[in-house]
Amino acid sequence: MKTALDIDKIRNDFPILNEAVNGKSLVYFDNAATTQKPLAVINALTDYYGHYNSNIHRGLHALAEKATSAFESSRRSLQKFLNAALVEEIIFTYGTTDGINLVAQTFGRKFLNPGDEIIISTLEHHSNIVPWQMLCEERGCVLRIIPINEEGDLLMDEYEKMLSEKTKLVSVVHVSNSLGTINPVKTIIDKAHAVGAKVLIDGAQATSKIDVDVQALDCDFYVFSLHKLYGPTGLGVLYGKKEVLDAMPPYRGGGEMIKEVTFAKTTYNDLPYKFEAGTPNIADVVAALTAVEYVNALGKTSMAAYEDELLQYATERLADIDGLRIVGQAAQKISVISFVLAGIHPQDIGVILDQQGIAIRTGHHCTQPLMNRLGLPAGTARASFAVYNTFEEIDKLVAGILKVQKMML
Amino acid sequence: MTINELQDELIEDFELFDDWESKYEYIIDLGKRLKPLPSELKTEENIIKGCQSQVWLDAKMSDGLLHFDADSEAIIVKGLVSMLLKVLSDQTPEAVGKAEIYFIERIGLSGHLAQTRSNGLASMVKQMKNYATAYQVLNKI
Repeated sequence: MKTALDIDKIRNDFPILNEAVNGKSLVYFDNAATTQKPLAVINALTDYYGHYNSNIHRGLHALAEKATSAFESSRRSLQKFLNAALVEEIIFTYGTTDGINLVAQTFGRKFLNPGDEIIISTLEHHSNIVPWQMLCEERGCVLRIIPINEEGDLLMDEYEKMLSEKTKLVSVVHVSNSLGTINPVKTIIDKAHAVGAKVLIDGAQATSKIDVDVQALDCDFYVFSLHKLYGPTGLGVLYGKKEVLDAMPPYRGGGEMIKEVTFAKTTYNDLPYKFEAGTPNIADVVAALTAVEYVNALGKTSMAAYEDELLQYATERLADIDGLRIVGQAAQKISVISFVLAGIHPQDIGVILDQQGIAIRTGHHCTQPLMNRLGLPAGTARASFAVYNTFEEIDKLVAGILKVQKMML
Repeated sequence: MTINELQDELIEDFELFDDWESKYEYIIDLGKRLKPLPSELKTEENIIKGCQSQVWLDAKMSDGLLHFDADSEAIIVKGLVSMLLKVLSDQTPEAVGKAEIYFIERIGLSGHLAQTRSNGLASMVKQMKNYATAYQVLNKI
């Protein structure tokens, strides 16, 4: 172990890691689905509800002021987290999926016309496929798909060939949730801009692993969820360049998003409120600040370096198992390891590992087109790591997999 | 034997196992021993799609009894399918229609039935009952 992080101390920050599952101590390897929450985040939620729960922005009383101030501090910390130029470029959503739908329903419906093309990739999660299919159906646009090679890397030459003046939007995942592939998003963005297309990056799996600088990337939109970043569920961020967001019509109508309402005509509020109709998810926004502070205090570079050690170790140990094949061997990967076992359905792997207290994810991981491309319609078994995981837990996974084979074969 | 007698028999069988491993080994064995459904019966019509694995279910009437054949691609689900067949196949449509499935919960496997989306088992029970209802209606015509 080379890491400078005190992993034992970090583990103590996460109360759930003390849980027993099926009588065994929990080994949680489903971090790509959602990460666990440190006590500081859990406390931020109870502190909000216990001491200053109040609706924000319009109240004049002390609690409303305190809640508003905490809410807007969180927005500023997320601005810093992404290195966005302006605080109003940070829009709170329900999550990554919600952010993509917002862009599809506002930017898409306003600026895409019949025959226009949207480019996504084979690696996409359903949430970065279906909203565009819905839009294409409505607007008569064409969806084009960047292919991959067997390792799970995008075929960049094919991408370049697809780009033309018809391309209006490129929407790709920063990091694949199923295979861990880190995509060359900067190149993707620059090439799309060269033909005048806008670019959305789905950062759901990236923000807890990679430093994201939206100004350096120059992406037009960046979306992610806080629950995959040690933060609360039901909260996401849509970053958008101000000039792009300004040009987009509002999405949901209601309170907060308006300037003035008469029955004859309503004028809309400015960014970011234009896209935040109704009472927002105040408690979770407030707790998100704590999650970001937690990650910043550990340091994403140290976290990623440690998780990479875990990935290397797991890759070596798993590769040694007879009949096990690792799916996804991209040149650049985050700490996700997808695998299949010869003669065993992924679901059976998941059930028997669960009996041993080991939580992994099995199935198509909401990337059915990718699984079909890889010839694996039943999907894979996926172990995904976070900063609180250990080498000993990987040993338990290896022993668990050997037991699966012993019982099944 | 009645449906409930068959369920009680399964519950008794499982009382012999004192750890999860022997319990699951037994289910896996049941799954392996269940005769695969002939490919011509693995039709789109017979498929019950789960999010992670699917079940095929075929039904026919023979001598006034409702006969089921079924299969799954995942072995543990197939073992549970085998138990459902043991309990519900070759019974009258009336008995299947009225049956209350309690053995899965009593042997501590209700988690599997609850995972509707992941394995299609709960939908399978529902579909078996739908067949029972349909054949009862047909019998009355």
